[in-house]
Amino acid sequence: MAKQLSGVDVVLVGFGWTGAIYAEKLTDAGLDVLALERGPWRDTTKDFATTFAQDELRYYWRHGMFQEAAQSTVTFRNNSAQTALPMRSWGSFLPGNGVGGSGVHWNGQTYRFLPSDFVAKSHNEERYGPLPEGMTIQDYGVTYEELEPHFDYFEKICGICGKAGNLNGNIVAGGNPFEGPRSDEYPNPPMEMTFSQDRFEAAARNVGLNPFPVPSANMSRAYVNPLGLQLAPCTYCGFCEKHGCGNYSKSSPQTTIIPALMKRPNFALRTDSEVLSIEKSADGSRTTGVTYVDTSGESFFQPADIVVLCAYPLENTRLMLLSQIGEPYDPRSGEGVVGKNYCYQVMSGATVFFDKEYTNGFVGAGALGMAVDDYNGDNFDHSGLGFIGGGYIACYTTNARPIESHPVPDGVPGWGSEWKQAVQANFLKTASVGVHGASMAHRSNYLDLDPTYTDRHGRPLLRMTFDFTLNDRRLSAHLTPVAEEIARGMGGREVVVGERKGSYDSVPYQTTHNTGGTIMGTDPQTSVCNRYCQSWDLPNLFVAGAGLFPQNAGYNPTDTVGALAYWSVDAIISKYLSQPGPLVQA
Amino acid sequence: MRGFALISAISCMASVTATAPAAQELSSSQVERGRYLTIAGDCEACHTDIENDGLPFAGGRALGTPFGTIYSPNLTPDDATGLGRWTREDFHNALNEGIDDEGQHLYPAMPYPYYTLMSRDETDAIFAYLQSLEPVHAEDPENDLPFPLNIRMSVAGWKLLFFEDETFVPDPDRSEDWNRGRFLVDGPLHCGGCHSGKNLLGASKEDEYLRGGLLENWFAPNIRAGAGGGIAHWETDDIVEFLKHGRAKHTAPMQRMGEVVSISTQHLREEDLRAVATYLKSLEDEIPEVEDAPEAARLETGAGIYFDNCAACHAADQSGVPYFFAPLSTSNKVHAEDPSSAIRIILGGARAQPTDTIPSMLAMPPFSWKLSDAQIADLLTYLRGTGDRRAGPISASQVAEMRDYLAEEEH
Amino acid sequence: MFSPTRRKVLKALLFGGTAIAAPSALYAAEYGRGEGMPWSPFRGQPPYYGTVEASFFTPAERGAVAAICARLIPSDDGPGASDADVVTFIDRQMASFYGRGQHWYMQGPFLEGTATQGYQSEHPPAQLYRHALVALDTYCRDAYEAGFAELSEDRQDAVLKGLDEEEITFEKISAKTFFDLILKNTIEGFFADPIYGGNRDMVAWRYIGFPGTRYDYRDFVGHNGARIQLEPVSLMGRPGWSSP
Repeated sequence: MAKQLSGVDVVLVGFGWTGAIYAEKLTDAGLDVLALERGPWRDTTKDFATTFAQDELRYYWRHGMFQEAAQSTVTFRNNSAQTALPMRSWGSFLPGNGVGGSGVHWNGQTYRFLPSDFVAKSHNEERYGPLPEGMTIQDYGVTYEELEPHFDYFEKICGICGKAGNLNGNIVAGGNPFEGPRSDEYPNPPMEMTFSQDRFEAAARNVGLNPFPVPSANMSRAYVNPLGLQLAPCTYCGFCEKHGCGNYSKSSPQTTIIPALMKRPNFALRTDSEVLSIEKSADGSRTTGVTYVDTSGESFFQPADIVVLCAYPLENTRLMLLSQIGEPYDPRSGEGVVGKNYCYQVMSGATVFFDKEYTNGFVGAGALGMAVDDYNGDNFDHSGLGFIGGGYIACYTTNARPIESHPVPDGVPGWGSEWKQAVQANFLKTASVGVHGASMAHRSNYLDLDPTYTDRHGRPLLRMTFDFTLNDRRLSAHLTPVAEEIARGMGGREVVVGERKGSYDSVPYQTTHNTGGTIMGTDPQTSVCNRYCQSWDLPNLFVAGAGLFPQNAGYNPTDTVGALAYWSVDAIISKYLSQPGPLVQA
Repeated sequence: MRGFALISAISCMASVTATAPAAQELSSSQVERGRYLTIAGDCEACHTDIENDGLPFAGGRALGTPFGTIYSPNLTPDDATGLGRWTREDFHNALNEGIDDEGQHLYPAMPYPYYTLMSRDETDAIFAYLQSLEPVHAEDPENDLPFPLNIRMSVAGWKLLFFEDETFVPDPDRSEDWNRGRFLVDGPLHCGGCHSGKNLLGASKEDEYLRGGLLENWFAPNIRAGAGGGIAHWETDDIVEFLKHGRAKHTAPMQRMGEVVSISTQHLREEDLRAVATYLKSLEDEIPEVEDAPEAARLETGAGIYFDNCAACHAADQSGVPYFFAPLSTSNKVHAEDPSSAIRIILGGARAQPTDTIPSMLAMPPFSWKLSDAQIADLLTYLRGTGDRRAGPISASQVAEMRDYLAEEEH
Repeated sequence: MFSPTRRKVLKALLFGGTAIAAPSALYAAEYGRGEGMPWSPFRGQPPYYGTVEASFFTPAERGAVAAICARLIPSDDGPGASDADVVTFIDRQMASFYGRGQHWYMQGPFLEGTATQGYQSEHPPAQLYRHALVALDTYCRDAYEAGFAELSEDRQDAVLKGLDEEEITFEKISAKTFFDLILKNTIEGFFADPIYGGNRDMVAWRYIGFPGTRYDYRDFVGHNGARIQLEPVSLMGRPGWSSP
């Protein structure tokens, strides 16, 4: 029997990037906000200080700061004909856990989606005709123009380092000429590039493409953000992704928002508190709060006027399904919405092996790179190609952590003398040119509750049914040769191409970009949330995160996740509070 | 790009900072004036049991002195346990002469040798403010002092030797700013309480005035800002920023001084802080003798340890990141004659005090588990021997002593 | 609905005393309420790398594992798994949460998965090793009348190749899963920080030129393809930190 606690204005389920954004804005507006985080407290000196953050085994291979699969995992299968089995240990994606979530251990690659990405369905249908059978992409219901001020603000909170390519409609040299129009320059200049980026830039220009510095959340200089928080210059330590930053030079909730939030008397945070379900009123018209359990095993009912799901797309979807909010998606009929349009990212690339030159990968940072966007979104003519969308192609230098990064040329066996010597001969002398491809939604890729496997509370795990689609394969087959061409122009001894082949494999790491499941849209029959990220079913329930994306674009999701969170919380403050109820008439 | 204009950055942000205590407008209200002086005097810090979440001004905080532990009394106007029955006369005598309402001597842990500079007018204002607080009934623990110090009469002898009540008299040859600064530093702010060397009986030594002092095994450094002084390289702006925002080019307030900035100086008027800076800039000192260069072997190991451990924040050339990570080549703490603070910070870590204007928390992690005594000694010897200032080498046993002291303190 | 009066009342109830139940202060930490960021000296989570005495393998198991590692990463004109003492790393890992599969989802039912569904063995790593080493020993004695460690290097390579290419199978567990696991652990033990028992004296890092745990390379960003030679340093330092 859950003990009832005294109510608050807002409960946030999960306390990563979106939790911090909602908390900061809502407390600033005077509301009493309580955040419930399943994992532990995390801060720089306690959890990833410069004295011990550089530990590849602990933080990557032993999953030091990721969600513990024993606590909660997902079951996975490629298609409905198979039986989904648990991901007993994480592989292709690494969900975060604890205060700051994956915002603690992300790379910091911070791209905005294109204007056309937000209207992918209508834009592509208009230009290329009817979409293929089974492709279920949709428009977001919000446009890039509406989100632009929120992109701008999130980038200033983070101190993103880059060069604008399109300032208020004027194309500016040095930036990405394909990006949507920006109202302002980036708050910080681009990072200083290294040898690999220089070679990539020259090679890309040589084949007529438009390289630009990757917008980076690793600081190019000391910065103070609008909340008074300080970010120090990045020192290129090469322990960025999967690791916390020890010297305050990577944007994270800890470095950009949380210390300011902690001074506000109307904000409280409870860690080690796992939300089990979202409760509804007797007539099912609103949420009344959440039930959660702490490490004593005792459960509590926390009443709230507003609930925001900030627990990452996978857990958000699962909570809605477990709490029976919204119609679950049924892949056979195509009806229902919760769990629909799960998407991922389609990765491929080429590795350049240099002979005399050293790329010194250990002088690296998570978002240190140059990219070309000529093959992203609808930036190129898709007529006759048989697919839509694209991806950026980039050359990053992020690390030379030996357990993770020890590339060998083709034909070298996987172990033994020859392998070892090839590792040694090529270590610190490789660069990679990667394709970061979009993932279009398909009716057969979805999330639901597993019929067999449960967590330690006996609740069904989330089941993920996903494989690459024909669109994905064609997209990848079209872009990978471009990456190869650039790679071959970088002056190396040889190039090994890594194509996207076969089914989606849940084992090797690809990206932690899981999107969909709680998609936003204009029609309650085909989406879970309206354009303000408000649940169509319960007007005092809001959902954050990349679960809102009806499909995934050819970019990392964080910038768009941040912009949507600021957009949504702005709507709560300026519209919802004075007139609670549905913000969009269905 | 190492330059960074903090003050201009702050003024851009002024409109978006979170609600802070109201700016100190000079008003005719006695209570308001008293509140300001109370903040300047940092009374709340000692008279609140901060470690145990005590109520403000209700006393009970344990203050470690070389002679034993003293517990601060309750200043709220509670009749039984606080100042409810005191008169204005009583209060003035306390601050001006160091005696309580029963004529008993106060232990000079209460810095009345400094507060004595305040006028009757000023002590009346402070008293009015304290009397306006909500009375709190709080019994404070007995002082823990050995015989004969536990007998207040013994303080009489001390006062005879070391104390003289005086009122502040401005120096006509100096500017108004300088005089205001001197009043604040030697009066309510009582900087000398920590920053002046003490004799064996705990009295400040005149020739050690603001040249640094050891308290609870922290070395509060030399804060003379004139030529040859500990902070000679600080401009007036640096001193103001440090006290007002908790961030300056050269360092940030930490630990005990962090408490002072947080509770006291960040709330003072900028012109007062500027006056303090003007005064400190007028205090010159002798440049300490340059020590002989330490052995090459120690410099080599020290340099290696430095680059592998410290450069991530303090930069390969010891120039740090101004306003973020202290430049070490000019650091007052690193080059102090008494290295206690530097050793202590390397062992246990340190945190730049978050303030109302800059709430960020930049912290240095502890190195106690990672570096041995010899390694820390070599590291400090290297820094003290190669920066823009010079100071003598450190021995491993000095580090070991501090490590033992801290281990005891933890338990 | 959001009148200031109501909010004030809620605030008093939440943040003041209340007759309604409050969560136990012991079991979930609470932060915020204007108290700022928590900090105290000596706070930190330095790496926990087990005790030097932690051990899982029997002597015979240890011998077999060492022999396998020595073929996966041989010592030839450069150091190998033996020089790096990889077997000690694996032994300590098996004795820790990793060997127990403590952080993994180890609830049943256990079914054989497809190639894309990852590790599905009912045995956590330490038990998988135990069963596999028995099966391997049986195989070697049947085929060659000697345990794995006693075979010639060529024969050892042939057996490992057989496991890798699924020509040799075990009855009760998957030989391929075991091979993939021990290869992974060997590479980990070769290249991880020495505090975990392998990569002894940073021999592997020195061999490939990895400088270890330094955290500031700003002065090297403009390397322009030139070699950067730095003595490797681990989380507990390097010889250069102490005078000889």
